[in-house]
Amino acid sequence: MPATESQGLRAWLMSDAPASAWQARAQRIYLSWRVFARNPIAMTGLFIVGGLIVMAILAPWITHSSGLDPVLDERLQPWSAQHWLGTDELGRDIYDRIVWGSRITLYIVALVGIIVVPLGLLIGTLAGYMGGVVDNVLMRITDIFLAFPRLILALAFVATLGRGLENAILAIALTTWSPYARIARAEALTIRNSEFILAARVAGASTLGILLRHVVPLCASSVIVRLTLDMAGIILTAAGLGFLGLGAQPPTPEWGAMISSGRQFLLDQWWVPTVPGIAIFIVSLGFNLLGDGLRDVLDPKREGG
Amino acid sequence: MASSDRLLQVHNLSVSFDTPRGEVNAVRGISFDLGREKLGIVGESGSGKSQTGRAILGLTGPGSRVTADRLEFDGINLLNADQATLRRVRGARISMIMQDPKFSLNPVMSVGRQIEEAYLVHTRANRREARERTLSMLASVQIRNPERVYDAYPHEVSGGMGQRVMIAMMMIPEPDIIIADEPTSALDVTVQLQVLAILDDMVSRRGMGLMFISHDLNLVASFCDRVLVMYAGRVVEVCEASQLHHAQHPYTRGLIGCLPSVSHPHEVLAVLDRDPEWATAPSAADP
Amino acid sequence: MTDHNGQTAGTGRAPSPPNRLRALVGVFFTIVLTFVGLTAVTFVISRVMPVDPVLAIVGDRASQEVYDQVYLRLGLDQPIWVQYLRYINSLLHGDLGTSIMTGQTVMSDIARFFPATLELATVATLLGVFVGIPMGVVAAVNQGRWPDHVVRVVGLIGYSVPVFWLGLVALLVFYAKLGWTGGPGRVEVYFDGIVEPYTGVLLLDAALAGEWEVFRNAVSHLILPATLLGTFSLAYVARMTRSFMLDQLGQEYILTARVKGVSEFRVIWGHAFRNVLVQLITIIGLTYASLLEGSVLTETVFAWPGIGSYITRGLFNNDMNAVLGGTIVVGACFVGINMLSDVLYRLVDPRAR
Repeated sequence: MPATESQGLRAWLMSDAPASAWQARAQRIYLSWRVFARNPIAMTGLFIVGGLIVMAILAPWITHSSGLDPVLDERLQPWSAQHWLGTDELGRDIYDRIVWGSRITLYIVALVGIIVVPLGLLIGTLAGYMGGVVDNVLMRITDIFLAFPRLILALAFVATLGRGLENAILAIALTTWSPYARIARAEALTIRNSEFILAARVAGASTLGILLRHVVPLCASSVIVRLTLDMAGIILTAAGLGFLGLGAQPPTPEWGAMISSGRQFLLDQWWVPTVPGIAIFIVSLGFNLLGDGLRDVLDPKREGG
Repeated sequence: MASSDRLLQVHNLSVSFDTPRGEVNAVRGISFDLGREKLGIVGESGSGKSQTGRAILGLTGPGSRVTADRLEFDGINLLNADQATLRRVRGARISMIMQDPKFSLNPVMSVGRQIEEAYLVHTRANRREARERTLSMLASVQIRNPERVYDAYPHEVSGGMGQRVMIAMMMIPEPDIIIADEPTSALDVTVQLQVLAILDDMVSRRGMGLMFISHDLNLVASFCDRVLVMYAGRVVEVCEASQLHHAQHPYTRGLIGCLPSVSHPHEVLAVLDRDPEWATAPSAADP
Repeated sequence: MTDHNGQTAGTGRAPSPPNRLRALVGVFFTIVLTFVGLTAVTFVISRVMPVDPVLAIVGDRASQEVYDQVYLRLGLDQPIWVQYLRYINSLLHGDLGTSIMTGQTVMSDIARFFPATLELATVATLLGVFVGIPMGVVAAVNQGRWPDHVVRVVGLIGYSVPVFWLGLVALLVFYAKLGWTGGPGRVEVYFDGIVEPYTGVLLLDAALAGEWEVFRNAVSHLILPATLLGTFSLAYVARMTRSFMLDQLGQEYILTARVKGVSEFRVIWGHAFRNVLVQLITIIGLTYASLLEGSVLTETVFAWPGIGSYITRGLFNNDMNAVLGGTIVVGACFVGINMLSDVLYRLVDPRAR
């Protein structure tokens, strides 16, 4: 973008008196972005998460193998020019497996998000908007799930559903939706009594229409921020289930399962279980940094003063 | 003017804050003196009147910058004073009453303990003496049942009583100057007068200097000796309270014009026309 | 992780006695409801399980007659709600069934394994509380300066590191290479069985028996898993403390205290921290509860004979009684601790009294 135009844009974005709602909105996003971009922690997070996504997309082009087929005469090799991160107990290239594993990590995060966000939004907004008996019943159920021990419950779910990646994801989702419902409800409660909802109701909009067109979109942002903050926890739980042998099954290059299978080589070929651990650490750190930065930006109270 | 003993001298005081949008100047070069008198500072919200009060106590908070040619109290340079010196001034010599007791009292500490603390910080008294003092102080702000209120928690007292507790807390070390920052704005109208009367009584009886910060021109005119009108971080007018209706500055005149009057009812209340020049013109000098 | 119910009671007057009674009834109601929910979930799981409970008992070579007999004895012909009531009834009598792995009742298994988990989680929580709280306070007081950044980074790392992996690495470094700490298990094999298990908490038992060598050995084994488990609670406690503290430091009563001329130390610890502590009770309860369950992975890595590894082993052996029994007990503790912290909070906060 040419300097003059960006100057004009900057002035437009920084103007004290926005001329339109659209400009005000753009200003708010721009100001948030400035706070966000100034925050090195948040930017590091964005960089890591962005890197993960790029890695997952480019996987076929930046690897030499699928990371699934054993090459038995290259077992447990240390780092080399050919195998950047060495090979595992079946002679598979660890770097390749890590790269392919990034897809699984994103798959887990995305799938949990896709289940948890709508579920939490649905239950929360319904409870908050309808109030009364509906609210009471739904929130009691939510409370029960909130009070459960998550990991143990996920274990029990996996035990019922059978071991496997999808079942682990489902188990995680079933045990994480409850806080989202709480958040959505709290938001819906404040929105419920606002003028524009009243106006919509007077205009004859149906309850479902109001919920879907007005309440849900307004509640969505805080639920999504919460999801970003929870991402790391979800990744760690999934990796933990994988480590216990309850998540992704071999030969899938899921990082937690890789640690588990590399465990016995810790003493002599330490890189085999260590590399996937570092991968998990970096990625969940990235999500944590990103979530932290987002919260700083969206919650101006934290900005001191 | 009763400035035979000028307790507080403020000259060219400025307060600014760093924000994401850049530097914001809350107070821009104001000057005034305060003696053992009642000085009213009037202005709308954002005019910098509260930050003026906080700057005197060195409590403008992080991200703020305070500059002045002179900020002196009783021979102490408040601007460059270290924290220990400032702490000896705070409470003991200059005190401040805040707007809303709902927020300005510690919710998990009993009222009595909070008042007591103000006394204990500045004296070597033991707990028993402090308790006695506190109870008598509570009585002197016309709390009928001091023993009971002593043990009460802030959420258990009403707004009016909370503000009397606040007054007791700020008066107990017998300071020379009290800064009252909108002390009655959060209260019911009926309680306002009562609290004001108590404040007035205590200030006059002890011969303190009072800096009364308010947005209520009428109230200030009737309550104070002298009035300072602030606009956009500057002092636009200084005059005796009794002479307020002769005010020169268009902003002050505008403010007076906005007040509903029983004797001269208006069909439509006037609305302030703001002149951007007011914000840039130099501060009015303290005569 | 949670919605702490800290800020609701701020506005009104003191609750009158009937209100307090209602609050207590409410708490009780929630407990009962949560237990009903918990047992309903475990019950459903036990019925949905692909494992045939009858076959699990009689074995696949039993005759149809024996099979039917057991089928009836288990009450599987009854309507589902009757089965549920029976299930609740046996739970209330402490009957969690028999474990296939150990051949003993699940209750007695849990009595054996649970103290080990308790020991681990307690030490880890203490670590988190006594290190995490000061860290959080220091960070908040120095907001935006280097102590804040250090605490923030430590916290983020604690949040992000996969504990089971860190456990492996720590074992490699501190046990295998350096030999500074004990290895897997609670105590060296040759010390096993020396101490009479009075409480089941090995540290206590060893101290009670005066077996200091066992005690030292147990400590050297405990230190790694407890530190690792504590890292998470430390990160969480420090972060919440920082955030609560920042909140409180921005309140007007802090300005009041400063106006009074109170020293900064007293402003922080005497005024702000008191309010923070009230909120922290809930958080500490929550970490403790989550460490009780979160120890599953740590226990697996360190071969710690606790309830977590009991449940996981049960999973792999299709021992549903063990899994569900363990789940219910951990769930009960979880709920119990949360309720306890709720009650404690009500006692400490004058606004909730």
